[in-house]
Amino acid sequence: MDLLRFTTAGSVDDGKSTLIGRLLYDSKSIFEDQLEAMEESSRRRGDANVNLALLTDGLKAEREQGITIDVAYRYFATPKRKFIIADTPGHIQYTRNMVTGASTANLAIILIDARKGVIEQTKRHCFIANLLRIQHLVVAVNKMDLVGFSEAGYHRIIEEFREFASRLDNIVEIVFIPISALNGDNVVEKSANMGWYEGPTLLYHLENVYVAGEENHVEARFPVQWVVRPMSDEWHDFRGYAGRVAGGVFKPGDAVTVLPSGFTTRVKAIHSPKGELSEAFAPQSVCLTLTDEIDISRGDMLVKANNPPQVGQDIEAMVCWFSPRAMPPRAKFILRHTTQETKAVVQQVRYHVDINTLHKIEDVDGFAMNDIGRVCLRAAVPLFYDSYRRNRQTGSFILIDPATNETVAAGMIV
Amino acid sequence: MSNYRFSHLDQLEAEAIFVLREAAAQFEKPALLFSGGKDSIVMAWLARKAFWPARMPFPLVHVDTGHNFAETMAYRDEFVVLLAARLIVGSVQESIDRGRVVEETGPGASRNKLQTVTLLDTIEQHQYDACLGGGRRDEEKARAKERFFSHRDDFGQWDPKNQRPELWNLFNGRKNPGEHFRIFPLSNFTEMDIWMYMKREEIPLPSIYFAHNREVFQRNGMLLAVTEFLKPQSHETAASRVVRFRTIGDATCTGAVESTASNLDEVIAEVAAARQTERGTRSDDKRSETAMEDRKKEGYF
Repeated sequence: MDLLRFTTAGSVDDGKSTLIGRLLYDSKSIFEDQLEAMEESSRRRGDANVNLALLTDGLKAEREQGITIDVAYRYFATPKRKFIIADTPGHIQYTRNMVTGASTANLAIILIDARKGVIEQTKRHCFIANLLRIQHLVVAVNKMDLVGFSEAGYHRIIEEFREFASRLDNIVEIVFIPISALNGDNVVEKSANMGWYEGPTLLYHLENVYVAGEENHVEARFPVQWVVRPMSDEWHDFRGYAGRVAGGVFKPGDAVTVLPSGFTTRVKAIHSPKGELSEAFAPQSVCLTLTDEIDISRGDMLVKANNPPQVGQDIEAMVCWFSPRAMPPRAKFILRHTTQETKAVVQQVRYHVDINTLHKIEDVDGFAMNDIGRVCLRAAVPLFYDSYRRNRQTGSFILIDPATNETVAAGMIV
Repeated sequence: MSNYRFSHLDQLEAEAIFVLREAAAQFEKPALLFSGGKDSIVMAWLARKAFWPARMPFPLVHVDTGHNFAETMAYRDEFVVLLAARLIVGSVQESIDRGRVVEETGPGASRNKLQTVTLLDTIEQHQYDACLGGGRRDEEKARAKERFFSHRDDFGQWDPKNQRPELWNLFNGRKNPGEHFRIFPLSNFTEMDIWMYMKREEIPLPSIYFAHNREVFQRNGMLLAVTEFLKPQSHETAASRVVRFRTIGDATCTGAVESTASNLDEVIAEVAAARQTERGTRSDDKRSETAMEDRKKEGYF
């Protein structure tokens, strides 16, 4: 069984919670005691029907205010796949939450209200999905029951969507599905009301969409996370490098270069408690030993000489600002990239992106919450990086405010 | 490149090991909270793997309510030896004796809530700056919003409305003196994943997870075990039934389920067919709609 991580995006009242509730309910992932608790709360709140949103709104403040505050993770499985949903709220701190949810997703479901068609928020959701390099989009045209299951209306929305989506260059596949989350049309079961639609149901698509091969298996990257030194009698001279393969494949005997020192050596063995492995590939967590004794510590990276990463202190990146406190010009931060942490300064804000129109706004300096824009950063030490487009692990970083220790921004290296 | 296939259990394992190593690397004095329940068993197993062939660079900390199933304690001691780990015990009984907490009274009394004080005291005494916990996001609605690296203030409290965003594989464990972190490497495991992983890894388990005969009685829709700490009231009758436990907590608040599942395959089949969440067998969650969130804010695991 494999794993699909997806995120859901929709504006307020597009029926996102209902859709998730429907997926969980129809795939029999809601348990009786959860359903009972939900019915009981709905009754107490005076809701007309069982409010499926109560399943996703877990915090007290959310239930009191009837809003979703934070990214929530949901799980369900079918005999074919296990699914992790990053459910992101539609209003408060929208950009921050969707960026967070999208950072680990392989697929995004964009919900469109069939009565409203493509609106500004739809474009914003797609822009973020594209920016975070989600390669698969599902456009779920919801509330088809409220437009008489109209085929013409559905095709009009597809056309509208395709028109602006042509600019989203990271997305390799877009699938459109007309649904009614409330009644379950085309969610798990094929709709009897839309005989004209010949495509898959939403769940069938989620179960079968091909997402393997999104890891970079070509450019070998091994950020060293921890040095394993047993210092026991049995493993007296053992010195292993533990980490998660961020790209490519490592095999015993492979020549590797250590950054930043530049020394070259070979992989001696790949260790696991069940014996030695014949190879390690992304995203495995392994422990490597090398044939030569070289000084290597956390934050260093093992790579292969034929396709090295970029090495440098000056980074161009797209940044999303998360903090309620605005970023002043030339602000200094702690930058965390792979297993490395260093100081960094924002040299220049090149432009902001208006995420509703996708236009660039130039002559700007700082950032306010939820702003997205391009910056030029200077790190205190060289980073070993790839563009985010090539590698999500070696192309991403976060910025931490040294005064508050808060994570204030997420960055994607251009 | 489709030959580099990675099953969902492989993914979850790789992620958990990564998180365990980050915890070791980013903190000065982490500890792994070990309850003897299946989640903490899996977490400790993964910790052994993460640092193998070295020992895990943190101790197992057990907060002992004094109200344990005997099987859990015997298992704990054997498992610690198997993993070549160090064990630190924090005792709720001691907290009571020292007057740090007052024992609840009445038929519904439980030491579950008292654990929080003992836990925070143990953390302070040993100055742990990060505690690894076996919490999973599928367990309970408040946990669905929990981070892998979860910040706790000076008082051990969780502020759910002000959590740090967590992106990619980048975990921010920076903190001020006095603050600490709770870290949840198993966040993305579901109950089913835990069982499947235990089967795949052939992890030994406490016997009470499998069907056995036990004296039990009904209370609030739950089957509670008769122990020296918990007796039926006069209107409740105890009877011997074939049961097993889906979760293991304090003996006074963990309910059994009737089951004949006597090995992992049968348990997995039963979990797959279950129509109740496992926390449905925990009376500590049934105290109010947001019982878990309330306890977590105070510092509960």
